[in-house]
Amino acid sequence: MDTYFTRDHEWIRVEGTIGTVGITAYAVEQLGDITFIELPVLGKAVRQTGMLCSVESVKAASDIYAPLTGKVIEVNHALDSAPEIVNQSPEGEGWIARMEVEDLSGAKNLMCRSDYDEYVRGLA
Amino acid sequence: MSRSGYSPHTPAEIREMLDVIGAGNIADLFATIPPGLGAGSFDLPEGMSEFEMLDRMEALAARDRRDMVSFIGGGCYEHLIPAVVDHLAGRAEFSTAYTPYQPECSQGTLQALYEYQTAICRLTGMEASNASLYDGGTALAEAALMALRITGRKKLVVDGSVNPFWRRIVRTYLASLDAELVEIAPAHGVLDRDAAFACLDDRVAGVMVQNPNFFGSIEDFSDLASAARRHGALLVSAVYPVSLGLVKSPGSMGADIALGDGQCLGNPAAFGGPSFGFMAVRKEHIRNLPGRIVGETVDREGKRGFVLTLQAREQHIRRQRATSNICSNQSLCALRGLVFLAALGKDGVAELAGLNRDKAEYAKGVLAAVRGVEVMNNAPTFNEFTLRLPMEADAAVERLLGKGMAAGMPLARHYAGMENCIVVTVTEKRSRRQIDRLAAALEEILWS
Amino acid sequence: MELIFEKSVPGRRAVRLPMSDVPRAGDLPDSLSRTEAPGLPEVSELEVVRHFTELSRRNFSVDTTFYPLGSCTMKYNPKALEEAVRPFARSHPLLPFLPSGERFVQGSLGLIHELTRLLAEITGMDEFSCQPLAGAHGEMAGMMMIAAYHRSRDDRRRYVVVPDSSHGTNPATAAMVGYEVVTVPTAPYGDMDLDAFRKAMNPEVAAVMMTCPNTLGLFNPHVAEICDIAHRNGALVYCDGANLNAVLGKVRPGDIGFDAIHVNLHKTFATPHGGGGPGSGPVGVKKHLAAFLPSPRVERRADGSYVIGEGGEESIGRLANFFGNFGILARAYAYITMLGREGLIEVSERAVLNANYVMARLKEWYDLPFAGPCMHECVFSASRQMKQEIHAIDIAKFLIDRGFHPPTVYFPLVVREALMIEPTETESRATLDSFIDAMIEAAKLAGTDPDSLRRAPRTTPVTRLDETRAAREIRVCHQGG
Repeated sequence: MDTYFTRDHEWIRVEGTIGTVGITAYAVEQLGDITFIELPVLGKAVRQTGMLCSVESVKAASDIYAPLTGKVIEVNHALDSAPEIVNQSPEGEGWIARMEVEDLSGAKNLMCRSDYDEYVRGLA
Repeated sequence: MSRSGYSPHTPAEIREMLDVIGAGNIADLFATIPPGLGAGSFDLPEGMSEFEMLDRMEALAARDRRDMVSFIGGGCYEHLIPAVVDHLAGRAEFSTAYTPYQPECSQGTLQALYEYQTAICRLTGMEASNASLYDGGTALAEAALMALRITGRKKLVVDGSVNPFWRRIVRTYLASLDAELVEIAPAHGVLDRDAAFACLDDRVAGVMVQNPNFFGSIEDFSDLASAARRHGALLVSAVYPVSLGLVKSPGSMGADIALGDGQCLGNPAAFGGPSFGFMAVRKEHIRNLPGRIVGETVDREGKRGFVLTLQAREQHIRRQRATSNICSNQSLCALRGLVFLAALGKDGVAELAGLNRDKAEYAKGVLAAVRGVEVMNNAPTFNEFTLRLPMEADAAVERLLGKGMAAGMPLARHYAGMENCIVVTVTEKRSRRQIDRLAAALEEILWS
Repeated sequence: MELIFEKSVPGRRAVRLPMSDVPRAGDLPDSLSRTEAPGLPEVSELEVVRHFTELSRRNFSVDTTFYPLGSCTMKYNPKALEEAVRPFARSHPLLPFLPSGERFVQGSLGLIHELTRLLAEITGMDEFSCQPLAGAHGEMAGMMMIAAYHRSRDDRRRYVVVPDSSHGTNPATAAMVGYEVVTVPTAPYGDMDLDAFRKAMNPEVAAVMMTCPNTLGLFNPHVAEICDIAHRNGALVYCDGANLNAVLGKVRPGDIGFDAIHVNLHKTFATPHGGGGPGSGPVGVKKHLAAFLPSPRVERRADGSYVIGEGGEESIGRLANFFGNFGILARAYAYITMLGREGLIEVSERAVLNANYVMARLKEWYDLPFAGPCMHECVFSASRQMKQEIHAIDIAKFLIDRGFHPPTVYFPLVVREALMIEPTETESRATLDSFIDAMIEAAKLAGTDPDSLRRAPRTTPVTRLDETRAAREIRVCHQGG
């Protein structure tokens, strides 16, 4: 089980060919209180860096990009009525979607946790 | 000193201010404009006092015939306006404020708009309204775009009996987009249902109808709403708010989007504007609404208050992915609409609708009694109806204009084969005498 | 405060309607009838009056308070403009569409036509249409014309270039007209980065949209060069005229090289903003775009009379129910008539004087991300106050307690913690000084008592409102009585 990060602050946790996607604590901090997550449609095919879905806060809207290429197989409907879960637990309960990853080799374009942490420190 | 009177600066103040700025003179403040870019010309008349200006405006307005007895509507209606509308909406605290970006010092506008949204929902039987759009025609165009967005499809169907000006606006909005608009030719002043059902398929994003339609006919679109739903398409219904005191609401017919022009609610004709457009939807579509929306919330002490909400839909946040580019809307006209509805109230709105229909039915009767004149509508009507004359409508209308009556809107320019037809509008403002005079004048030009 | 619906009592009534002088019509068939009257308020006329009067007192407005809302030009709206429009209240917009009907509305038609000529002279454009109902609607008309222009030349283009400091309406408009948006960053000197702009330009760019002066209140010295580069790539240049108030008689966008512009009459030409509208956004173009203007148009015949022109095949068509927001057009016409040439030049000179004065007096207290003389507005950043965890919004709320409407905050997006101040020409030095004093007080409090800023506002009917809750638990329509 490996977790990878994008420069746009998404994370993906890969178990076998299944990847769970969400946004990072840093992204959540930038957005503020999240008010709505436009969940992707089940079955949606996405390419790495292609648009997966979007999140809204009071004063911002932000697109979420697919960390890897694949197909959406499950979405977190708990977020429909309680988007604040993403604020409370961005890398846990606040996951957004699961995807069947088509091409794991795309992970070479992503960061591991320590690289990502350093990347975020550089943004401050 | 100021030449215009609206800048308060004295020469001494200007000098002191320039000193604070560290500029030698006013021209220095414009030094960032490259020398070659100065205005090539600015050839405008000299200014004048407000008194002279008002004389000039009165002289201009006097070139409009202001005592014409009007039987034309077509999206702009002459209705009674209670005095409280001008007095309250005219208050400068409303009229000289702007979009309520800072809610704590804009609760007046915000609560009024929340009440407006509520009134629109109750009138239309829908669940969520925005805080106004520009006018009825652009509201229809926004509804068309909304249907495309919600369904992800590219085909729209519009009843040809929808106001032709509004349909033209929809075509303007769609011209540069990858979308197809199918127009269904009307049959005897109503929707051609066979044709409508025949073109409903799983590629259709929305079906657009108007109730009452341009010919004045009222229809029940419940069957169309269910058929649209079966195909995953939306039913978009334009409505005339005054009629909703009597007529079944778009919400109870199952419409997904209801919209219309609010001029008839407390706004003068004013040569066509400002008016306001309204739009209300079923709650599931709220995130796709264009324009401002006011929502209820609480302050830090738990006290109820109102804010602009769901702003992440809008252009100032979402930019090219916004639901619309609309920024300024027609807030003050919407406020007039709200004051109008509150002043008339629940019973008053129903009574007003009844009065309109009574007058129009009376007019329909006396006009259709003129030899050779027939009513074209194959359905009940509200305060407009379509007549077929035994002569070209253009000629008839022109001759009646000469008698100080705008008898109706000729249809030749909008519909092939309707060269003899006019749409006649009769609001509560028309008296029985005026109606009788119109009938007599029509009789006269036809037969004497 | 209660809602008007909560004051409703069954059976109560404000306005009485006239008695009918015709027989009652038969009922509509059940299938077409409303079964229940709409749930509108039932209140007396005095209750209506008290309710809306009380609501009005919960607003800041130009007539009651200084309102330096950047980008919105909240100048004083002369009262004579309200009188000027009254004589036109009854004119019906369909009259000129009846056979020979235009002879009954020569006044209204003439006013529209004369206004288009005045706006053309003011902006240096050739032709105008007054149909667009707001600034964003004018932009849309402009971009539709540009799209039609390229189509007429069989020239398929995909992109519209905008600076990142642009109003959100610019990219939103481009998208509504079917274009993809390319955003160019702002250079450290506060204008669109010229090198990045050059790189963004290619033969697939249909148009560049720019605000002039820009949203940072700066006049871009490279504006003519930008127009030139765009033209050499076959693109047209659209001017967002929202900031015209700064340059009346000084610069005409049409002279610089812009191909199209909209003018926000409610801003530059002093019509009341109405709590969010109505505005009006006439669109002007150079000759090569004139054929594409919206229809119908008001045309002047050789004998001096006015008629409706339907426009040729190239017209983008109708954009609004009738002729635009006529009431706003009439007010703007009255304003231009009253001020005249010298008065309008003075408008810009004093608007720019006031903005530079505010900038000069506040620059030691707040960071100025783009220094240098400004035009009609100045943009500060609360970045210095951020060190005390005080944000632009806290300063804004504090100003409310001092009796001022706050500046625009968090726009333009390229300035962190932006405070955008547009004083307008109608404010006196004394008013500016008291506002400046309040801004300085806020800057001081950020260091000494930041909590006092965070607690603001305290003098308003409600304290800070929970916008997150409003967006999560959506309540946009009152339920119940």
